[in-house]
Amino acid sequence: MTIMTRSAVHKRSTTDRIRKNVVSGRLSAVLILLPPALILFSLFVILPLVDAAYYSGFSWNGYGSPSDFVGTENYRRLLDHSVFHTALWNTAKLILVSLLVQMPLALGLALLVYRRTPTNTLFRLVFFLPYILAEVAAGLIWSFVFDGDYGITAMMFQALGEDSVYVLSDHQWAFPAIMTVIVWKYFGFHMMIYIAALQGVPNDLVEAARLEGARPRQIAWFVQIPMIKHALVVSGFFAIIGSLQIFDIIIPMTNGGPSNSTHTIVTYLYSFGLSRLNIGFGSAAAVVLFVLAIAIAFFYQRNTTREGQA
Amino acid sequence: MNRTTRNTLRVILLILVASLVIGPLLASFFGGFKSNAELRTNPLWLPGNWDPANYAAILFDGNFWRYLGNSFFISSMTMLLTLVVGAAAAYVFAQIRFFGSKMILSYLLLGLMFPFAAAILPLFIKVRDLGLLDSYWAVVLPQTAFGLSLAILLFKAFFDQLPRELFEAAYVDGCSYLRFFWSFTLPLSTPILATVGVFVFVQSWNNFLLPLVVLNDRSLYTWPLGMMQFQGEYLTQWNMILAFVTLTIAPAVIFFLAAQKYIVAGLTGGSVKG
Repeated sequence: MTIMTRSAVHKRSTTDRIRKNVVSGRLSAVLILLPPALILFSLFVILPLVDAAYYSGFSWNGYGSPSDFVGTENYRRLLDHSVFHTALWNTAKLILVSLLVQMPLALGLALLVYRRTPTNTLFRLVFFLPYILAEVAAGLIWSFVFDGDYGITAMMFQALGEDSVYVLSDHQWAFPAIMTVIVWKYFGFHMMIYIAALQGVPNDLVEAARLEGARPRQIAWFVQIPMIKHALVVSGFFAIIGSLQIFDIIIPMTNGGPSNSTHTIVTYLYSFGLSRLNIGFGSAAAVVLFVLAIAIAFFYQRNTTREGQA
Repeated sequence: MNRTTRNTLRVILLILVASLVIGPLLASFFGGFKSNAELRTNPLWLPGNWDPANYAAILFDGNFWRYLGNSFFISSMTMLLTLVVGAAAAYVFAQIRFFGSKMILSYLLLGLMFPFAAAILPLFIKVRDLGLLDSYWAVVLPQTAFGLSLAILLFKAFFDQLPRELFEAAYVDGCSYLRFFWSFTLPLSTPILATVGVFVFVQSWNNFLLPLVVLNDRSLYTWPLGMMQFQGEYLTQWNMILAFVTLTIAPAVIFFLAAQKYIVAGLTGGSVKG
């Protein structure tokens, strides 16, 4: 009996030791592998967002520590600033153009080139090309295209016998020109998302519809588009969040001008917050941008998932 | 409409769109060979005289190579760091369940919803207070931090699909978690490493806002900053500017054509799988 107990004790201590090793192995793995990500993410993503909310309550030029507490004054000034209204409205226009012009264009083209043939592959690559170019480079190329003395639009006006229009310094035309460039730059990205989804639609469905006598347009509308709803929802989300962040393209094209008419939220935040070292004021704009992004993400997700269930 | 007519119309439409897409890029390439006077009368078509002087002037200017070198270093470091740090964290979430692991994962994925620009002002202050302004790290570390959420999401999805039996077998043979990560998980994950790596590299290569805010020293400029600097110096000498732009986008285009499979997967993969 004593022997039995001893062996039982021995057995348990062995399993304990193994378990202990497993636990300590896990623990050391967690303690080595996880902290770098946590520290980097907290330090450079979460903390700055918290800081933005804090700074927005101060009038502060960024030197020393913020001490001049002004409450909601920065937000009041922001909401009273007509340039900020323009920036909000321009950002809204970018969202609308992305959803109503860019996405349908991308979808139409995706339907034309989604089948795997060599020519289609070539067209796909060409359409995707602008997406990989840096925004600044694209902006500079298009500033040339729209230049009133040298550009391609100038050449067209001359060919028509009209006086040249300086598109990017014209109140009426500057922002539509920017929207054109944005559609040019990003439609290929959305097209690629749709192509990936269209290739996943079972071919039997498309064939069955064709045998029933459906025309290509009807097949697209009643079979393919409903089948890729998820891709449309995802690309719509990307279009909105992307539009909220447009900055790089505007700087080389108009830098927010003429007379501050082409600002977006981010160029506004940069020009009126950072360039002039109004850190408190700029932070208020950042908080507005952040809240807008979260609100849109929340609202969008709720509505699209509800629609998906119906 | 019969099938042939429809197909012809389709191809004509596609060629039309393709020329609108390519036109500005070709005009830029051609423009770099022209004199400014020729550019004024002929902004779009082939140059009358293929004079490589503008291109040569830029290629023999040390600044151009310095900008490209800076960008290459920053993008490579960002890519390496994101892959290592992101994969390490994702490995923990895929392999080890512990109290609070789900919450920590959700925390790290918060970055998927935030617009980067919303953090740029305090990020400037933070980088300055850490004494990192005008250093490569001022760009590399925040870029890595902002890329982590997507990287962790994609890595974890991939690691979850790796066969569980493999880990159990290795574990019985005395392989530790850390060694398994290094010798099995990473080598088995090359497709997703390539996808995420390409995505991170391209994002970093094209980034403008962050370097603009944290780099003042011209010798550290990345190429988008260098290009804006160049444009500021040459103003309306469009032939020089176009040559510069063409030379900076050429590596991107060549890289794209060479590795298009990974690039397309990398740049759209996050959205399709996510």
